[in-house]
Amino acid sequence: MKINLKINGISKILEVEPGEFLLDVLRRNNYLSVRRGCDNSSCGVCTVLFDNKPVPSCSLLAVKANNHEITTVEGIQEEANKLAKCFGEYGADQCGFCNPSMALTVYALKQENKNATDEEIKEYLVGNLCRCTGYVSQHKAIKKYLGEKNESS
Amino acid sequence: MKVVNKKVGSVDGVGIMKGRKAFTDDYADKDSLIIKVKRSPHAFARIKNIDDSKAKALDGIEMVLTYKDFKRISFTRAGQGYPEPSPHDKFVLDKYVRYIGDEVCAVVGSTEEICLKALSLIEVDYEVLEPVLDFEKAIDNKTIIHDEPEAKEMFDIGFKPKKNIAASYHMHIGDVEKTLSECEYTIKETFYTQAQSHVMLEPHAVNTHIDYQERLVIYSSTQTPFHIRRIIAQALEIPMSKIRVIKPRVGGGFGGKQAIHGEMLAAYVTYKTGKPAKLVYTRKEVFESSYSRHPMKFEMALGADKFGKLKVIDCKVLSDTGAYGEHALTVFMVAGSKVLPLYNKVDSVRFSGDVVYTNHTPAGAFRGYGAIQGNFALESAVDILCHKMDMDPIKFRNLNMMKEGETSPIFAIMGEGTEGTPMNMDTCKLQECVEDGKALIDWDNKYPYKDMGDKIKTVGMAIAMQGSGIPLIDMGSATIKLNDDGFYNLMVGATEIGQGSDTVLSQIAAEELNTTIDKVIIYSSDTDLTPFDVGAYASSTTFVSGNAVYKAAKALKTEMLNEAARIFKVDIKQVEFDGEIFKVKNSDKKMTLRDFSNEITYSEEQKQLQVTSSYVGPKSPPPFMAGFIEIDIDKETAEIDIIDYVSVVDCGTTINPMLAKGQVDGAIVQGLGMAMFEDVKLAKNGKLISSDMLNYKIPTRLDINKLTTKFVDSYEKSGPFGAKSVGEIGIDTPPAALANAIENALGVRMTSLPITPEKILQKLKENEK
Repeated sequence: MKINLKINGISKILEVEPGEFLLDVLRRNNYLSVRRGCDNSSCGVCTVLFDNKPVPSCSLLAVKANNHEITTVEGIQEEANKLAKCFGEYGADQCGFCNPSMALTVYALKQENKNATDEEIKEYLVGNLCRCTGYVSQHKAIKKYLGEKNESS
Repeated sequence: MKVVNKKVGSVDGVGIMKGRKAFTDDYADKDSLIIKVKRSPHAFARIKNIDDSKAKALDGIEMVLTYKDFKRISFTRAGQGYPEPSPHDKFVLDKYVRYIGDEVCAVVGSTEEICLKALSLIEVDYEVLEPVLDFEKAIDNKTIIHDEPEAKEMFDIGFKPKKNIAASYHMHIGDVEKTLSECEYTIKETFYTQAQSHVMLEPHAVNTHIDYQERLVIYSSTQTPFHIRRIIAQALEIPMSKIRVIKPRVGGGFGGKQAIHGEMLAAYVTYKTGKPAKLVYTRKEVFESSYSRHPMKFEMALGADKFGKLKVIDCKVLSDTGAYGEHALTVFMVAGSKVLPLYNKVDSVRFSGDVVYTNHTPAGAFRGYGAIQGNFALESAVDILCHKMDMDPIKFRNLNMMKEGETSPIFAIMGEGTEGTPMNMDTCKLQECVEDGKALIDWDNKYPYKDMGDKIKTVGMAIAMQGSGIPLIDMGSATIKLNDDGFYNLMVGATEIGQGSDTVLSQIAAEELNTTIDKVIIYSSDTDLTPFDVGAYASSTTFVSGNAVYKAAKALKTEMLNEAARIFKVDIKQVEFDGEIFKVKNSDKKMTLRDFSNEITYSEEQKQLQVTSSYVGPKSPPPFMAGFIEIDIDKETAEIDIIDYVSVVDCGTTINPMLAKGQVDGAIVQGLGMAMFEDVKLAKNGKLISSDMLNYKIPTRLDINKLTTKFVDSYEKSGPFGAKSVGEIGIDTPPAALANAIENALGVRMTSLPITPEKILQKLKENEK
């Protein structure tokens, strides 16, 4: 079946199977920044923005995206660049498998709550697991990014 | 120094964050054949028959692979120096399945859906056998797990398959019994450490294709690309010259990818069919069918004289390697060799025991590699002894631990599966680590505990050491070439897996070539294009591969000066190079690097300047650290809040202080996970219960408040710019530090991991009786 959706601001018509998950459809269509880390939406690596809200695409049926807007990190390159610079400053990047999904979640947080407290940041990002960094350097980098002037607004 | 020991961001951080194609599965051919593995529902069984007729008849199924398709060549999955100190006890597919999750057969088809359907249509007739599910009952059990004649050891590792022993080892110095009998204070205790899963976020992945030279190309998320090439060539009898292994970006390894996993089946399918293929493990397969940390049992005895001087350490160890013996002996030995030298002034020491086969998910390499298990046992036992002597644990350690300039006879006796290498501790800043840590955690105000009303605040500590590669075995090499326009390519076999080695090695090259890091373009781990390196394991990359890079850069600089001298028509001693400009001393002759590189590329006596250097460490200078934990324990529920974890580390020069901190922070949190809740749980029939990320918890950002990580000044002369390695050391101390803190506060000794509130309450109850 066909679905109509916007991916990173561009209208697309995609052929999907009824039982297919959005993650697999995106990867099949070369949105390779969206990755699979687990089988049951518990790691956060497959996060995309669904109408600007972060959701795990591994457990979202692709048909549900019909007439909705999907954002992957390819759609927020400038923000990802800024976040990467902050990560670099605090030594917060290691393997980076989760980094594009992290960028999307942090970007969504920035839209929702620019003045998030430490606890609010942690709670918002709790579903984005990281096995490399121990989180502390990431937290500092994310705070720095959130504190930067939001040029797009 | 301009680049080394400076704040430098990762060379690849921006591209990775922006989601550039980077990881193994990003490179899979879109029309790859999909490979799915049928896995055993039995802990131990013989396959009597596989009926795959219905599966094969399915439209879209290319082939079904069973043990009948493979010649019986035994190998080990472990990616280690060759010949490996691990028994060759594995076949691509076998007629025996030895744990729940073991490979029965594989289907190859056009889509995942078809493959899954095919799997469900395969009927397997098993003769179910009695499994061994208690590792303390493995030896001389009536069940023999590896009875096949092809299973073998490559050299003497104490392999006794008829007794279910994968490896065994014994060493002693002095007369342990006699020394114990002469001690004023002695303690005995038994400790258990559990299996731990790596949970790297990228599941094991491989894809394969045949290139236009008719060669097999393997993209693999591996820590050991050169070992993968060798093992595949040997087990599938493919000429090694026909195989190219490319390691793209790897999404974390922690030892879990220091072995061959899906590569064998994917390589076979593509080699046989000529078609691209891929195999990506599900998270369940990562948990159930890769491997986890070796669970161990330690029977410890310690003795000290009346002044608190440690006289004797005795460790009897039993390790569970599960169904296959990858890394069995070496992990076991590291539990002694990278733990016992911490207390080098003892009269007697003994380390002995066996690594046994069971019908569990196999155990293998995991950051710490035995040292975290051994550290929990020894550093817990030391604190028990301190309590018995009523001696401050820090005072005890200052009196007894390794000091700079000293050595331990253990270095010469225990290697990794072989004899060791004697070495002096040219750098060992343990005293500074302990002193700084004590101040940072505010030990004097918090030890042994503070009553806070509902909670008790307490602190605990432990010291640790690791290594920097395996001396005389681990080899790393690097090629550096100068390009026109005056920038460099650095090609290394060293394997970036997220730990930052591409950045660190670029920094070493840039420092020696007196240039900036953007002028050094690194490419790592491609068996066709980069020189050999054993891979990312044993904390070897910064020290071993880093030394190779340093040597190559130094040699290239000499070649460049030679060429410049030729161009200037002066003796080489007259030429100076500051990284950008060649100058002739006491003259105004000069030339930029850019002009120089263009001239030797295009104008006169053109040539490519390129140098390859290799390095094998004659020794393995250990990094050291002191770890201090501060926790608040709820009096009613025994729930633990981690307030801070202070790590003070001696890893020599930190090439990249931020990335070094990242290694320590990340390892501490992994170690805290093992200390507090991570647990590979099995049902009675041996089935893994914790086979997804809902049932196997790793620390989230809500679990971690504060990490205080500091590096002491230290310069290891044998390392590149004074560096030792730092990849593993951070994981070792949390279990013992936590157990020690709990005893300081509650007076109960936790002897098995993980230390959960339930276990603490139970112990408190037992103590009341």
